Amino acid sequence: MVTDDAGQGGTAAGQDNNAGHQGGAGHNMVQLITPAGERVSHPEYDPWVRDVSDEQLCSLYEDLVVIRRIDKEATALQRQGELGLWPPLLGQEASQVGSVRSLRDDDFIFPSYRENGVAYCRGVDLPDILRVWRGAASGGWDPYAVNMAIPQIVIGAQTLHATGYAMGIQNDGADSAAIVYFGDGATSEGDVNEAMVFAASFQVPLVFFCQNNHWAISEPVRLQSHTQLVDRGAGFGIPSMRVDGNDVLAVMAATRVALDRARRGGGPTFIEAVTYRMGPHTTADDPTRYRDPNELEDWAAKDPIGRVHALLDRKGLFTEEFEAGVRTKADAVARELRAGCVGMPDPEPLDVFKHVYSTPNSWLDRQQDHYSRYLASFGDPEGATQEEGAR
Amino acid sequence: MTQMTFARAINSGLRRSLDNDPKVLLMGEDIGTLGGVFRVTDGLQKDFGNHRVVDTPLAESGIVGTAVGLAYRGYRPVVEIQFDGFVYPAFDQIVSQVAKMHYRSRGAVKMPITIRIPFGGGIGSPEHHSESPEAYFAHTAGLRVVTPASPQDAHTMIQQAISCDDPVVFFEPKRRYHDKGEVDESLDPTSAPPMGQARVVTDGSDVTLVAYGPLVKTARDAATAAADEGVSVEVIDLRSLAPVDFATVEASVRKTGRLVITHEAGQSGGLGAEVAASITERCFYHLEAAPVRVTGFDVPYPYSRVEMHHLPDLDRILDGVDRALGRPNSLSGLEG
Repeated sequence: MVTDDAGQGGTAAGQDNNAGHQGGAGHNMVQLITPAGERVSHPEYDPWVRDVSDEQLCSLYEDLVVIRRIDKEATALQRQGELGLWPPLLGQEASQVGSVRSLRDDDFIFPSYRENGVAYCRGVDLPDILRVWRGAASGGWDPYAVNMAIPQIVIGAQTLHATGYAMGIQNDGADSAAIVYFGDGATSEGDVNEAMVFAASFQVPLVFFCQNNHWAISEPVRLQSHTQLVDRGAGFGIPSMRVDGNDVLAVMAATRVALDRARRGGGPTFIEAVTYRMGPHTTADDPTRYRDPNELEDWAAKDPIGRVHALLDRKGLFTEEFEAGVRTKADAVARELRAGCVGMPDPEPLDVFKHVYSTPNSWLDRQQDHYSRYLASFGDPEGATQEEGAR
Repeated sequence: MTQMTFARAINSGLRRSLDNDPKVLLMGEDIGTLGGVFRVTDGLQKDFGNHRVVDTPLAESGIVGTAVGLAYRGYRPVVEIQFDGFVYPAFDQIVSQVAKMHYRSRGAVKMPITIRIPFGGGIGSPEHHSESPEAYFAHTAGLRVVTPASPQDAHTMIQQAISCDDPVVFFEPKRRYHDKGEVDESLDPTSAPPMGQARVVTDGSDVTLVAYGPLVKTARDAATAAADEGVSVEVIDLRSLAPVDFATVEASVRKTGRLVITHEAGQSGGLGAEVAASITERCFYHLEAAPVRVTGFDVPYPYSRVEMHHLPDLDRILDGVDRALGRPNSLSGLEG
């Protein structure tokens, strides 16, 4: 089934809910599982997910549930003061799972700061997912251990990094690809547009994966674009697809199409995954100040987890045993996440000086030396234990 | 030894780096077929191919941002920003990404990127073609900022910058591009003085005169003129602006007791302020007078018919030397 239910405009501030604000040719939205959980056929995209077995479908469902649980646990940890901030991905699970589960291990991922579901699927250690948000590091993991770059806070900056990385893949003659995640707001940034120019000019193996979650903090997507975001691709000469971002199979199919093109030397692809950020931008945000509650309700009916649940039910796969297994897994992940968070040691004071340069720097060495002396001045010269807080 | 221009010396250094390391690649606007607007990359694309010497779209943030991705994959990109005044669209990628990725990744991701920027005035150009933005970059942790002042240094320092595992902003004094000098192309850059080390280019005993990039030649000329008046000026070429090799400057000031710093960039918050403050901290009791700055003004770079008033020249530097020596000068009688 193909639906043109764009849902682009949002209903806040009395705006029309449809694509009228975002004119242009428009793309139909690829959907393979309806919100009611019905598997619908699509001649062009079905072949790309024909191999997805019932077992794999169950595994995708587990991913979705576990990621939602991670999100919930992290939000709780923030509320309890264990994290400084958390950017929830509630509602975007299918976009992240469908895309990342299409990648090979040698493909390289460039995320923004909200791809915590991608990080989980990529095998990032659970505490490392939280490290940035706890304030214990600026980047949580070793990118080369999982072939996934560390989070990027500057909006859209990573699209250029991904393009450059893909230029490197091309120079190396490898058949891997890069994928870059960004949001609807990022499409307004110069860097994203420059990245598309470079990627198209050099025909690099790269997937631009835009999660259109409809809101850039308080700014609706209609403020970013007068056309559907997917239409931007055509202007750069980049083949583009618009998929239901709450449909894990549709996202998987689209990503596989794009990766196949990349590996065959066909250059970049732009995917607009139409989804919705059901929570706040971050735990510091209050969406009730700018968002119509009816809009949230509309999108809750299109929930990415509910529809796979319904589909599995229809297939007779959603047994009590399966459900219990998924719950047990989610509980275990949440426990490990929490333990890893509260047990995470603070960095040492002198760690602030580490890794600024990879070779010695006389300015920094001097400052570190002076600060070391300063810190040492609090120590007991006799070597006795220093009392906490003593000055 | 070969006589060659400053521009040719950099070209030769780039060629050696491309030859020695297949991970080195050059990117920038017009650097391929044209050989760069200053011809610094002349002939390199022809010899190394368009995957090693890449003509890019006209997008400065794109040039630097893609270099970040290439470095992520183990390349050592050398990017050319066509003119100093065009680096600002890339500023975010340089200071937020290039400079910080190593720190952000706790050492996992190296950023051995060299950012070549022709800088400084004196060539009669329109707006945006004569700026001195070095202090912005010197202020940014994670970057190294260097500028050669002679063809030999240009040849060796570009190779040192490319082989450095940290990102290097490499300022090329464009009004010296056509100056000629002796260059030993066979000199091993690992045995040459490191790019982070300042160099005493003229020995002296009365005043230490610190310069870098395009003004090193002017400073040497000033020292020669001062010698005619019986004043012995020691000229130091900083070479590295971040970090500054304060030990070399300090040793000189301990000897002379007087310090003059000159640069084309505006005065406030510039390298001169940093050198004056740091040297005052380090050798306050050896100073016979307050450090003196002879700099450009805090104005947008002026139009070419009056740029000579903005740029420190031999006479303004000598006036600064007089101030440091307490001799009659243009500010005599002025308090504060």
